[in-house]
Amino acid sequence: MYFNSVSELLSMSGHGSYVWFSYGVSALVLATLVIVARRRRAAAEQHIRALVRRKGATTSN
Amino acid sequence: MSISSTFHKWGSPRWFYQFSGRLLPWLAIFSLLLLVGGAVWGLAFVPADYKQGNSFRIMYIHVPAAAVAMGAYMTMATAGAIHLIWRMKLAAMVMKAIAPIGASLTFLSLLTGAVWGKPTWGTWWVWDARITSVLILFFLYLGVIALHQAFENRDAAAKACAVLAIVGAVNIPIIYWSVEWWYSLHQPASISFTGESTIHPSMLRPLMATLCGMYLFFGWLLLLYTRIEILEREKNTRWVQDLICGESR
Repeated sequence: MYFNSVSELLSMSGHGSYVWFSYGVSALVLATLVIVARRRRAAAEQHIRALVRRKGATTSN
Repeated sequence: MSISSTFHKWGSPRWFYQFSGRLLPWLAIFSLLLLVGGAVWGLAFVPADYKQGNSFRIMYIHVPAAAVAMGAYMTMATAGAIHLIWRMKLAAMVMKAIAPIGASLTFLSLLTGAVWGKPTWGTWWVWDARITSVLILFFLYLGVIALHQAFENRDAAAKACAVLAIVGAVNIPIIYWSVEWWYSLHQPASISFTGESTIHPSMLRPLMATLCGMYLFFGWLLLLYTRIEILEREKNTRWVQDLICGESR
């Protein structure tokens, strides 16, 4: 490691808050994109299942 | 295989869905490995910059976000052109899928740029050519998202978005060369493909890792979002209903 200690790594001689904030927000935004995709996918699947159920109900009547 | 049959196959949402399903796990694994590995490398192991100190470490997320935001826009504009010229529906789905991903990456590049600018230039923001043209890129992405929602008719929305995406592509070379054409606080590119790069190899290697990682991550998200579009638009087809509810119903 370039830094001598973990506290030095965190503070980065004064630049730590800028650097860690940047990486924190980036991780958050990228993770959100994946989570939104998973939710939309689940909603789409649910919609299609409902569609098939309705179709099954009308054809059996 | 002839060109037209290749085109036909690629244009088939069903074929694309099945093919992309096999790529998904690989894209997820390699993009996360490269992103996390490159970030740890750049954050903790690369020596500090002799001028900027440690703030330059923001580069390992800022540059990939900005580069992929631009690459994503060109992909979106190309998909828009393909949709307009050949009426390929899959291209319209790809175009729609890219807009929120590109907007998020552009937002990240603006935000990390501002946070990098504060300790380095002494200001969060300047209205110079580079930053302003990237802000325009962000609004172009938002414009495409808004246009998609503004139209009731799906085909009309796709056509309008394609035109906006193609016209807006003129902004991409402006972003790229803005730091050379106009006076700017923003530094010019340190990586050169034609001449010698002005960045030390020890700093460059983790950047290459996060850059490749971000491209793969974009590819992964692009497939995820396009596949959702396919499910939503093809919900009345037999193959989608069989896929979600199982063959034996």
